[in-house]
Amino acid sequence: MGNKIVTAMELAPKTMLFEVEAEHIARRGKAGQFIILRVNDEGERIPLTIANRDPEKGTITIVAQEVGKTTEVLNAMGPGDEIHDLAGPLGKPTEIPTGKTVVCVGGGIGNAVVWPQVQALKDAGNKVIAILGARTRELLILEDEITEIADQVIVTTDDGSYGRKGMVTHALDELIDGGEKIDEVITIGPVVMMKFVCKTTEPHGIPTQASLNPIMVDGTGMCGACRVTVGGETRFACVEGPEFDGHQTDFDELITRLSYYQPEERASLDNHHRCKLDAAAEALERQD
Amino acid sequence: MSDTPKKPKKNINKAKTKTPMREQPAGERIFNFEEVPLGYNEEEATLEALRCIQCKNKPCIAGCPVGIDIPAFLKLVGEKDYEGALRKIKEKNFLPAICGRVCPQEDQCEMVCTLNKPDKGRDPGGVGRVERFLGDYAMEHDLTITPECAAPTGKKVAIIGSGPAGLTAASDLAQKGHDVTVYEALHKPGGVLFYGIPQFRLPKEILLREVDGLKDMGVKFVMNYPVGKAESLESVRERHDATFIGTGAGLPWFLGIPGENLNGVYSANEFLTRVNLMGGYKFPDGADTPVKNIKRIAVVGAGNTAMDSARTAKRLQPEIVYLVYRRSRLEMPARVEEIHHAEQEGIDFQLLHSPIEIVDNGKGAVGAIRCQEMELGEPDDSGRRRPVPVEGKIKEWAVDTVVLSIGQSPNPLLTADCPDLARDERRGTITINDWMQTSYEDTFAAGDIVTGGATVILAMGQGRKAADAMHRYLTSGDPAAPAGEDSDVCDGLS
Ligand SMILES: Cc1cc2nc3c(=O)[nH]c(=O)nc-3n(C[C@H](O)[C@H](O)[C@H](O)COP(=O)(O)OP(=O)(O)OC[C@H]3O[C@@H](n4cnc5c(N)ncnc54)[C@H](O)[C@@H]3O)c2cc1C
Ligand SMILES: Cc1cc2nc3c(=O)[nH]c(=O)nc-3n(C[C@H](O)[C@H](O)[C@H](O)COP(=O)(O)OP(=O)(O)OC[C@H]3O[C@@H](n4cnc5c(N)ncnc54)[C@H](O)[C@@H]3O)c2cc1C
Ligand code: SF4
Ligand code: SF4
Ligand code: FES
Repeated sequence: MGNKIVTAMELAPKTMLFEVEAEHIARRGKAGQFIILRVNDEGERIPLTIANRDPEKGTITIVAQEVGKTTEVLNAMGPGDEIHDLAGPLGKPTEIPTGKTVVCVGGGIGNAVVWPQVQALKDAGNKVIAILGARTRELLILEDEITEIADQVIVTTDDGSYGRKGMVTHALDELIDGGEKIDEVITIGPVVMMKFVCKTTEPHGIPTQASLNPIMVDGTGMCGACRVTVGGETRFACVEGPEFDGHQTDFDELITRLSYYQPEERASLDNHHRCKLDAAAEALERQD
Repeated sequence: MSDTPKKPKKNINKAKTKTPMREQPAGERIFNFEEVPLGYNEEEATLEALRCIQCKNKPCIAGCPVGIDIPAFLKLVGEKDYEGALRKIKEKNFLPAICGRVCPQEDQCEMVCTLNKPDKGRDPGGVGRVERFLGDYAMEHDLTITPECAAPTGKKVAIIGSGPAGLTAASDLAQKGHDVTVYEALHKPGGVLFYGIPQFRLPKEILLREVDGLKDMGVKFVMNYPVGKAESLESVRERHDATFIGTGAGLPWFLGIPGENLNGVYSANEFLTRVNLMGGYKFPDGADTPVKNIKRIAVVGAGNTAMDSARTAKRLQPEIVYLVYRRSRLEMPARVEEIHHAEQEGIDFQLLHSPIEIVDNGKGAVGAIRCQEMELGEPDDSGRRRPVPVEGKIKEWAVDTVVLSIGQSPNPLLTADCPDLARDERRGTITINDWMQTSYEDTFAAGDIVTGGATVILAMGQGRKAADAMHRYLTSGDPAAPAGEDSDVCDGLS
C-alpha cells in the first residue's frame, strides 16, 4: 500500500520537507507527536516529528535531515513515490498552556518540531517567542513559516552569517535579562543545545520542556530502546515522552546512548553507497 | 464418544521412547537461523502415533488447554489418514504447525499422558511432534481445512492485536460470517510469534501462511495501527458491533540495578525485535536495523524468552554466551526442549546468581555483570524454593552486552487511552467476566492482556472462548446465552 508523497521540497542542504498521505494521522496528530516510518521492507523504523498536518487533505508534513542510510534513501524520494509504511501518531502531545508567555527554542532540524508547537501555542492564546538557531544561514529552516505565526522570532547563527551571531542560549539569556516575563520554555534540537538551554533557564526557575530524541525501535513501549533517565527514573520516551522536564533530564546519558550504533550505521551507509556504485558500474558494463 | 474398536489392537508401536526427530547438529546450526528440529516424515509420524495406546481415560485431552481429541487424531495418523487427523485437530486448534512447535507439551498434554513414566524410562506419546507433522503436511500438500464461512451476518468486528489470541478470534468470527478487521500496531502480524520467537524455532513463513489463510477468508488486516494512538478505542468501538482486545503483555521489565541504561543493555524484547522482526541478523546486507557486534554476552533469566535470546545471541557468533539465573536448573520456566537445545549449543549456564550491578567499561557501555551468589531457601508462594543471597559471595563476568529477560507485563498503550475500562491496577491486566467480556459490554479481551505473560495455546484457547461469546453477543445480545456446542473450551488457566 504505502503512503504516497504529495510534495517534496528541499529546505536546506540535506534537509527535505515532504507532504505525505496519511489520513488518520492527519486527523488525530497533535503538536509534539511523531510517526515511525520504513522506507522499504528491509528498512529500519525511524521516528520523525509531525511537523504539520492537513486533516482536510489527509496529509502530514515531515522534515528529514540526512544523517544515515534511511534518511538518505528517504530524501532521495519525490512526489508520487511511496513510503513503505508509516505508523502514528505516537508519543504524547505537548502540553499546551493558555494565556502564558512561552519561548520555543529550536536548533537545526529541531525547528521542524518547533513549528507545530508554535502554532498550537498560538492557537491556545499564548504569547510565543521563537528562537531559531542554525550553524550557518543556509541551514536555517522554516523561518518564514514560523515568523508568520509567532509574536516574535529571533534568529541566531553560530557563524553570524544571518541574524545574531552566537548560540540560541545567548539570545535566551538576553531575553531573560531584558526582563521578559517567561512562563515556560520548550526546547528541541541537538542534545547538547538542549542541555545548555536547560542550564540557562534553571537558575531562573523557568519550567523547561525538552523534546528528547533517543534511538527508537517500535515506538509503542514494547522494547525499551528509547529509555531515558528523568529525575533519576527510567522512562520510555516513545510513550511517556518525547517531552520531559529538562531540568530533571540526564542529557549526558542520552548523548552516550545516541552514539552506540555509530560504527554500525556508518557501515550500513558505506554499504549502501557501495551498492549504489556497484549498480552504476554494472549499468555501465551492460552498455558495452 | 468412546467408540474404541473392540478388535485386538494389533497395530501398536511398543517403543518406550519417542520416535527420534532429526535435528540440525548443534555444531552446524549455531552458524545459521534455520530451524533446529527437522520434523517427522510420514513414516516417523505414523510410527509415533502408533505409540498411543488409546487408553481409556485419555487424560491427555484435559491436559491440552483447548481440549484437542488427541487419541482420535493420533489414531487417524496411525491409519495414515492425515487429512482426517488434521480435520480433527482443526476442530479445536487452527494453528497446529505452530503449537506443535512451541507448546510446552511436557507441562500439558504429554505430562498427563498415561504412557509418561520417566522413572521407568518411558516417554509420553509424542503429541506435539505428530501435531507439528500434520501442520507441515497441510502446508506441503496445500490442504486448506478451514471450514466454510457462514453467510455474511452484516456485523462488523474489530480485533485489536494480531498475536495468537487475536488471530484465533479473527478466524472463528470470520467463520461465523462476521466482517472482521484486525488492527495491529507493528508492521508484521503475529505478535510474539513474529517479533519474539526466533526463526530457528518458528519459521516466519509458517505464520505468514496462516495469516494469508485468514485473508482468504475475508479477514482484513490494518497494520501500523496502534489503537489508542491512531484511533481511540471508543471510536473503534463505535465503528464496530463488537471489539476484541488481544494486545498481549509486551512491556519489558528492568531490574532497577545500577548500570541498566549503559550502552549494550537490552530488554529481551528489543534484542529479539532487532534480530527477528527487523531481520538484524542480516545487517547490513539484507536489513538496515543494526545489531551490535557482540563478543561476550550475558542473558539474565531462564524462561522461553531468555532461551530464545541466548540462542539468538549464539548465532551472532560471539565468544561466549552466559545465561544467568537466580534459581537452579529445576526451577527454569522455559520449555524443556529449549533448555536442552541451549545446552547443546554451548550456552554457559550460570545458575544461582542474581545480577546486582552492570559495570561501566569507562565509556558508558557494558564492561561486566556483577552478581550475588544465591542458594535455595524455603518455597515461596509459587511453590518454588526462594533464592537467598549467600553472604559475601559476589562474582563478576566480563561482558559487552547484557540482555534482560526477567518478565513483562501488559503494555498500557491501549489501556492508557480508556482509563475507565476495568483492570487489575497492580498487574495492568484487563478484567473480564466468565465470558471474556470486559467492563464495556461490546468489548471482549483474551490472551496475555488478561492473564499476564502465558503461552501461545492459552492465548489461542481464550481467543476462541471470547469469539464464541462475541458470536452469541452479536446474535442474541447476550454473551452468556445458551451455549453452543463448542463453548466448553479452555479453562486451563491456573
Ligand atoms: C521523537 C523523535 C522525533 C524526531 N524527529 C525528527 C525530525 O522531525 N526530523 C529529523 O530529521 N530527525 C528527527 N529525529 C531523528 C531521526 O529519527 C534520526 O535522524 C533517524 O532515525 C536517523 O536514521 P538514519 O537511518 O538515517 O540514520 P542512522 O544510520 O540510523 O544514524 C546516523 C547517525 O544519526 C544518529 N542517530 C540515530 N538515531 C538518532 C536519533 N533518534 N536522534 C538523533 N540522532 C540519531 C546515530 O547516532 C548515527 O550517528 C527524531 C527522533 C525522535 C526520537
Ligand atoms: C520470546 C518469547 C518466547 C516465547 N516462547 C513461547 C513458547 O515457546 N511457547 C509458548 O507457548 N509461549 C511462548 N511465549 C509466550 C507467548 O508467545 C505469549 O503468551 C502469546 O504470544 C500471547 O499471545 P497474545 O495474542 O495474547 O499476545 P501477543 O503475542 O503479545 O500479541 C499482541 C499483539 O498486539 C499488538 N498490540 C499491542 N498493543 C496494540 C494496540 N494498542 N493496537 C494494536 N495492536 C497492538 C502487539 O504489537 C502484538 O502484535 C513466548 C514469549 C516470548 C516473548
Ligand atoms: S495444542 Fe499444545 S497442548 Fe494441545 S495437544 Fe497440541 S501440543 Fe498438546
Ligand atoms: S494419554 Fe497418552 S496413551 Fe492415552 S490416549 Fe492420550 S496420548 Fe494416547
Ligand atoms: S522505542 Fe521501543 S519502547 Fe520506546
